[in-house]
Amino acid sequence: MTETPETAIKKICRSNKNDRSRMMDIVRAVQEQFGCVSSEAMDLIAGELSITRVEVEGVISFYAFLSSKPKGKVVIRLCNDIIGEMKGSKRVGDAFRQALGVDFGETTDDGITLEYTPCIGMCDQAPAALVNDVVFTYLSSDSAWRIVRALREDMDPQKLVHSFGDGNNEDGLVCSMVHNDIRQAGEVVLSEMPCGAGLDRALAMSPKEVIRDLNTARLRGRGGAGFPTGLKWNFTRQADGEQKYVMCNADEGEPGTFKDRVLLTEKANMVFEGMAIGGYAIGADTGVLYLRGEYAYLRSFLESILAERRSKGLLGTNVCGKEGFNFDIRIQMGAGAYICGEETALISSCEGMRGDPKNRPPFPAVKGYMGCPTTVNNVETFCCVARILEKSPGWFAQFGSRNSPGTKLLSISGDCAKPGVYEVEFGVKLIDILMLCGAEDTASVQVGGPSGQLVGKDDFQRTICYDDLATGGSLMIFNSKRSPLKIASKFMEFFIEESCGYCTPCRVGNVLLKQRLDAIIAGKGQVGDLEYLERLGTSIKTASRCGLGQTSANPVLSTLKNMRPAYEELLSEPENGQLRRFDIRAALGQAESITGRQSVHYKE
Amino acid sequence: MAKPKVATTSLAGCFGCHMSLLDIDDRILKLIELVDFDKSPIDDIKKFTGPVEIGLVEGGCCSEENVAVLQDFRKYCKILISVGDCAIGGGIPAMRNSIPLSECYEEAFLNGRRGPEIHNPEGVVPNDPELPLLLDKVYPCHEVVKIDYHLPGCPPPADTLWNALVALLTDKPVDLPYELIKYD
Amino acid sequence: MSETINFTIDGVEVTGQAGQSIMQAADDAGIYIPRLCAMEGLSVFGACRVCTVLVNGRPQAACTQPIIEGMTVENDTDEIMAIRRDIIDMLFVEGNHFCMFCEKSGNCELQALAYRFGILAPGFPLQFPDRDVDASHADIFIDRNRCILCGRCVRASQELDGKGVFGFVGRGADKKVAVNAEACLAQTSADVIDKAVEACPVGALLVKRTAYRVPIGQRKYDRRPIGSNIEQTATPE
Repeated sequence: MTETPETAIKKICRSNKNDRSRMMDIVRAVQEQFGCVSSEAMDLIAGELSITRVEVEGVISFYAFLSSKPKGKVVIRLCNDIIGEMKGSKRVGDAFRQALGVDFGETTDDGITLEYTPCIGMCDQAPAALVNDVVFTYLSSDSAWRIVRALREDMDPQKLVHSFGDGNNEDGLVCSMVHNDIRQAGEVVLSEMPCGAGLDRALAMSPKEVIRDLNTARLRGRGGAGFPTGLKWNFTRQADGEQKYVMCNADEGEPGTFKDRVLLTEKANMVFEGMAIGGYAIGADTGVLYLRGEYAYLRSFLESILAERRSKGLLGTNVCGKEGFNFDIRIQMGAGAYICGEETALISSCEGMRGDPKNRPPFPAVKGYMGCPTTVNNVETFCCVARILEKSPGWFAQFGSRNSPGTKLLSISGDCAKPGVYEVEFGVKLIDILMLCGAEDTASVQVGGPSGQLVGKDDFQRTICYDDLATGGSLMIFNSKRSPLKIASKFMEFFIEESCGYCTPCRVGNVLLKQRLDAIIAGKGQVGDLEYLERLGTSIKTASRCGLGQTSANPVLSTLKNMRPAYEELLSEPENGQLRRFDIRAALGQAESITGRQSVHYKE
Repeated sequence: MAKPKVATTSLAGCFGCHMSLLDIDDRILKLIELVDFDKSPIDDIKKFTGPVEIGLVEGGCCSEENVAVLQDFRKYCKILISVGDCAIGGGIPAMRNSIPLSECYEEAFLNGRRGPEIHNPEGVVPNDPELPLLLDKVYPCHEVVKIDYHLPGCPPPADTLWNALVALLTDKPVDLPYELIKYD
Repeated sequence: MSETINFTIDGVEVTGQAGQSIMQAADDAGIYIPRLCAMEGLSVFGACRVCTVLVNGRPQAACTQPIIEGMTVENDTDEIMAIRRDIIDMLFVEGNHFCMFCEKSGNCELQALAYRFGILAPGFPLQFPDRDVDASHADIFIDRNRCILCGRCVRASQELDGKGVFGFVGRGADKKVAVNAEACLAQTSADVIDKAVEACPVGALLVKRTAYRVPIGQRKYDRRPIGSNIEQTATPE
């Protein structure tokens, strides 16, 4: 007897113990099975979890990979980020449209949905797309046609992958065409560490000593914010509470960042080791790896690594034989929301809610996941932790500079011959990196993704480090053909799409900022507009509630600071007090088409 | 020496703001000692005779004709003031702004379900070349031309208009007390 | 016995109780910090950002920041007022706020803040979004044109009425308040006496057939600015 949808949905809820905090897993499973989380499904889930239906709807409507309206059996998500566009994603998009016979946002009669999606962490092998969970790279119009034809024969995207990438991309549990593109492996992270070596040395010390080592190494977070890891772990260790958590931020949503993807593919053991060391240091028995939905193709592989570590006693009870130290890790999948890379939004998502950042104080170290002391750290940070404990803080601090010890993984993409992942020492000059990756005719570099800054030639002598050009890893290179203002506009589009909408300045301000910027780009700028952009950008930056909002105006503010002439040359003095951005011709378009006559007064 | 001139117009407005101006009652006798009226419905002068000191504009821009008049006002008026909520924010006419223009035409001339019955046996939307073309939406005046002052209200109280005019004509700053700042 | 905490607001010494937010301590001291989403009796939200102050030079929401001994708070400075004015402007242009016929006019907190700030015209281009009205319920109507996403109805329905009638759906500029039903308010357990209905600071949630009862000139904010009730309690120097 076939299962009714109602039975199936209740089963999904019950297999998650009707635990409201497991909402993400529940709705992802329902979405996977039914192609949507329908209105009826919302009621059922609400009933099982003893919450209101509108709370369920709140979650579904927040994440890009969830929907209340049915999607096709296959969903094609073409990445439309700026690097993808530079590499030809528009042509690929046109090909998909023609091959499928539908527009973006629509579904074919035979069940294929076509959508855009922001950066999926494949900038070095763009244009790229997700077809369900399967990643397709180096797309062309031809490959788009081939994919559609093949899907129409067999709606299983995995079957379309004939050749695999390097390293563990070939692993039986990954089977992905994704490449690692490791161009330069450094000595710290992209280097060998015997499994368990870091953990063994850590467990031979006291938790306090582990943290002391991290302080001595002056390790700072590798996700972009750069908070001292030892300090964060100390706060969490000292916070009141029996139950504590270690969380690994594998949301890697900042456009242009893909180094964590490579670490999860090749150095998963190092990551998990760092998490276990964290558990020991702060007194947590549970770790959660929050994996962005776009990296779902790595999930089975990561679960197998966890299983392997458990069998070796590196996870579970009495880890590495240390009596009383229990630690295990589970993987929490995300569902398409850049904001969930913000640590408190990540926590909200893990708690089964909309990915809204939380009010601070209290900080996660004191009150985080489920109200318990929590440390959230980046994938690369955990790798550094493992190596510091394995080798020594002194060894780590020999690399890099005084204020920025160690190495940094950079994910480089854009107008360069050798995009990919580079492990460099902190303190390296941007100009040297440009040479390293084969960049020519470079006019500007976006350091740190859209939330960072766009720098021009005047800044190429500056260094990559926390005090100078800081980045979580993203480095996007633009040649002289690219327009800084259009780059800024594209980044504003990203922030508008990804804003959670909770607070006024980010939700509204960024829309207004982009509107004025676009008017300037369209040649409708006038004197006074730059002051408007600066003042509005500053209000957004100052009043926003979280890191996304606080950096969302950076594309405009940093280009105004570093490339002001590019703006100024587009401005004019308004004639006779007329506003240049009032476009009478555009305003008359609808009426002229409806009435079938032209304006006499305001001809073209 | 010639008195400074004042011009007024109502674009996509209901003339309520003009009525409010007339609510200054007998202060109008003082006003005409200070100023002459130029183009205005008040004196029915239809064209600017030359530059004027102050222009009062009621109503936003719903059509190309409104835009042409407003641009003229900007050209001739040293100080241009948006009077009332329609000039400042589009007002009630701007309620159509989230609706496509074609639907507006259809509702007004063809469907007429909600209003008084429309006598339009041929079901034609009027399209005489004399009729100004409507804009895609109703624009506040300061989104079309530079505006120097705004006096909010629906209409702004007569005292607001009086205070503002006197201040501008005597070279003082326009400083409205709390009680006179009203959006309704 | 409650621990007292001493700090300053614009150079003025303020004493508050441990556990209070800056806003609560300021209210007690008769110093008005403008706000929209903060409401007594509801959990703090920190969404509107109107109450942004500088704490030791760094921006914070006064409603969520607990007071700490010795902190320096800046509230009534040109810089902060400019930011608050921008936020109020943003809220106006984001929705469709037609004050001239709005039933809440004169009692509306958003309007009252704009009056207090002396705002005569929107500082940003009006967006004229397409928002809906839900008049399905016998006694209550929702006009989303006016919603400022403060979440007071969501919190009040959850925390005070124990009903959960309202919830946020959507993300970013598409975020809106939805009801706990498939289609409309009439399908929920919303009742005209719900605290959630009173909680709305603007004209987004209103009781039917109660409009325009109070003449212009006698409404809450016609003569006294919003916040004057708090400022009146200030101890004279």
